[in-house]
Amino acid sequence: MLKDITIGQYYPGRSPVHLLDPRVKIAITFLFIFIVFFIKSYIGYAILFAYLLFTIIISTIPPKLILKSLRPLLFVIILTFVINMFFTVGEDVIVRFWKLTITREGLNQAIFMALRLIFLVMGTSILTLTTSPIELTDGLEYILSPLKVFNFPAHELAMMMTIALRFIPTLMEETDKIMKAQMARGADFETGNLIQRAKSLVPLLVPLFISAFRRADELAMAMEARCYRGGENRTRLKVLKTETRDYIAIALTCVMIFFIMLDRYMF
Amino acid sequence: METIVKIRDVHFEYMNFEEQEIAALDGVDLDVQKGEFIVIIGHNGSGKSTLAKHINALLQPSRGTVWIKGMDASDEENLWNIRQTAGMVFQNPDNQLVATIVEEDVAFGPENLGIPSTEIRKRVDSALAAVGMSEFSDAAPHFLSGGQKQRVAIAGVLAMKPDIIVLDEPTAMLDPSGRQEVLNTVKYLNKHEGITVIHITHFMEEAVDADRVVVMEDGKVILEGTPREVFEQVDLLKEIGLDVPQVTELAHELRCEGLDIPPDVLTVEEMVDALCQ
Amino acid sequence: MSISIQNLTHIYMEGTPFESVAIKDVNLEIQDGEFIGLIGHTGSGKSTLIQHLNGLLRPTSGTIFIDGTDIFKKDMNMQTLRQQVGLVFQYPEYQLFEETVYKDIAFGPKNLHLSEDEIDRRIRESMELVGLDFAEVKDRSPFELSGGQRRRVAIAGVLAMKPKVLILDEPAAGLDPRGKNEILSQIKLLHEEYNLTIILVSHSMEDIAKLVDRIVVMNKGSVALTGKPSEVFAQSKLLEEIGLDIPHIAKLMHGLKERGMDVPEDIYTIEEAKKVILQLKKGEYNA
Repeated sequence: MLKDITIGQYYPGRSPVHLLDPRVKIAITFLFIFIVFFIKSYIGYAILFAYLLFTIIISTIPPKLILKSLRPLLFVIILTFVINMFFTVGEDVIVRFWKLTITREGLNQAIFMALRLIFLVMGTSILTLTTSPIELTDGLEYILSPLKVFNFPAHELAMMMTIALRFIPTLMEETDKIMKAQMARGADFETGNLIQRAKSLVPLLVPLFISAFRRADELAMAMEARCYRGGENRTRLKVLKTETRDYIAIALTCVMIFFIMLDRYMF
Repeated sequence: METIVKIRDVHFEYMNFEEQEIAALDGVDLDVQKGEFIVIIGHNGSGKSTLAKHINALLQPSRGTVWIKGMDASDEENLWNIRQTAGMVFQNPDNQLVATIVEEDVAFGPENLGIPSTEIRKRVDSALAAVGMSEFSDAAPHFLSGGQKQRVAIAGVLAMKPDIIVLDEPTAMLDPSGRQEVLNTVKYLNKHEGITVIHITHFMEEAVDADRVVVMEDGKVILEGTPREVFEQVDLLKEIGLDVPQVTELAHELRCEGLDIPPDVLTVEEMVDALCQ
Repeated sequence: MSISIQNLTHIYMEGTPFESVAIKDVNLEIQDGEFIGLIGHTGSGKSTLIQHLNGLLRPTSGTIFIDGTDIFKKDMNMQTLRQQVGLVFQYPEYQLFEETVYKDIAFGPKNLHLSEDEIDRRIRESMELVGLDFAEVKDRSPFELSGGQRRRVAIAGVLAMKPKVLILDEPAAGLDPRGKNEILSQIKLLHEEYNLTIILVSHSMEDIAKLVDRIVVMNKGSVALTGKPSEVFAQSKLLEEIGLDIPHIAKLMHGLKERGMDVPEDIYTIEEAKKVILQLKKGEYNA
């Protein structure tokens, strides 16, 4: 059934990567994204690939799953590759046919761009595959909490994300139910032109919104009844802790960055 | 005995769609003793849910006073103490769970109270154990049945260490086995944890084991007493559109026909005994 | 209309880790004009089963014939099917969306492309069927009505399609005793006066015992038991195993029988029980 689909793509496990402090994981992912765009050589990418491969292996995530996360972006990757290959201006011509030319510069650029995209997707996938949505929310709340000084609503944002995650399955199930109920009254959601289809959504969206508001209202009351009064003086069941493995992960990442820097500036 | 909830002459009005003022509560007096198991029955619109929300200070009376453990519920300063003392479980199991994981949800209340993490952990574990949901501590709420969700909601209240739990029609949306689960949990908490229970329902069977039954109609308490005393009033209950347990009704009918059957028969077993004498 | 369910199986999300068998090899014959009570736990497959009857779900295998027509054949007109087999979901008031009660009930007939006159006629008729006052309620917003009234509006919305088969999933759920009795007696009336084939889904034996011709008990995706209410309640052991409760009056009769009283076992309403017990007691008195 619809409600049984897991939200996000968290792959439960107890590997060292899973157990890392989410704050550390988020920070490393940001660093990783920066590095991906920083690299300008094949050696650099080789180092990054080794790092990625190592992470995947110890994370115990089936490589198939990571490749699967690339699939929706396959078209974009190929398109980027093709455009860069044919439209990068260069001098060292490899082949020339019809009106198109492929230059060495173009080919390099195309490969780099494609690799960047692939690495970006793989890197962020490892984060979302090994970190539950709750941990992600918690991690973000902690990372963003210094911004509270500037009145940034870090706690509120995290609470909103939690509630959204909690209610997505409920609302999906509800959508399915209302849709079926209207179909039982002869509603047609599938045929017709764009305007007709948009119109046919009214009997679905109106009840859905009404129900969402009612739920919000009841939830607010339930939260108040349980003494919720914002983020101030709140404690947490699970306190995020940085442990030895987190320092090891940071150290390894630094080593990776060091080699990439070395490659870029020394050679 | 200690009176833990004291309600005196409480009135409450709300506006309906035509902007008319409707009296939801019309002078309610009620005392609840510590450790009591009270069931409030009445049909939809009788004011029972409105009354429940006064015990938790979610609503404030327009006239009259509610005291919880001696604290005046109208006093701003007592607000959080009252909500911690009198926990509340609502009707719709889906609309009262906040977190995506059972144990995180149970922790929500204590987290709001600013309790240290290690203590929260202890409370969450014992609350889940008390409602028999320990094995689901890592589950996502949407995978649970209605009855299980309500038990999690009860655990969430329990983790705040309340003296009173007010349950506002917690069984209305559940199937019979879910209802049984919730009812058993509530009874257990009342007996073994000494928690005062105020259970609101329109299922008469759920009132059979209560210490006291309170019947509400049109914003007033119209009948109050032990289940036997209340269910004896078959005609009155029927008149206001409430059911009585089937055997009680049968006993009543038979008595009207001149049979010698005690007026306070509540269960099938009692009825069998009465007829086989 | 007669319904013939043949070897119906439905597996959700087949081929994924979430695969689950909802109903398995269900066979069931329902006669024209029959009043069926479909009973089972949450998750017993009864909701899945009824959603096949108007083609909202397609079976994994097996099929359903309605009046001899295979409803899952390729060129089946779903619109016609859904007009003939009306389905009222659980808590149907949550599907209301129009500004007025009138417009909301008109939604179904409009989808059937009927004339304005015909639509108007049907709205009046269906509102009367569910006991709503046309003049008083038609221009009100469904959202300002009481819960019980909203539910009637939703049921009227299905009745306005003029179905020959009416399926109701827990029509009394969440209502107080008065609301419940009103809705159930309205449904009984529909059956008696319009000879609709009705399938009433419930988990309460007590509620349907006095209404239906035949009870179908579902358990774990299969039909566990079927027969007249008295026949079904006689199987108290099996029902207990499934975890379903029999009506208290039926329990009482079993109890009396065990104590050696000579009472018939097919008694399950208060009126019948009263008669039987009075007779018995009088007999004792005379003897």
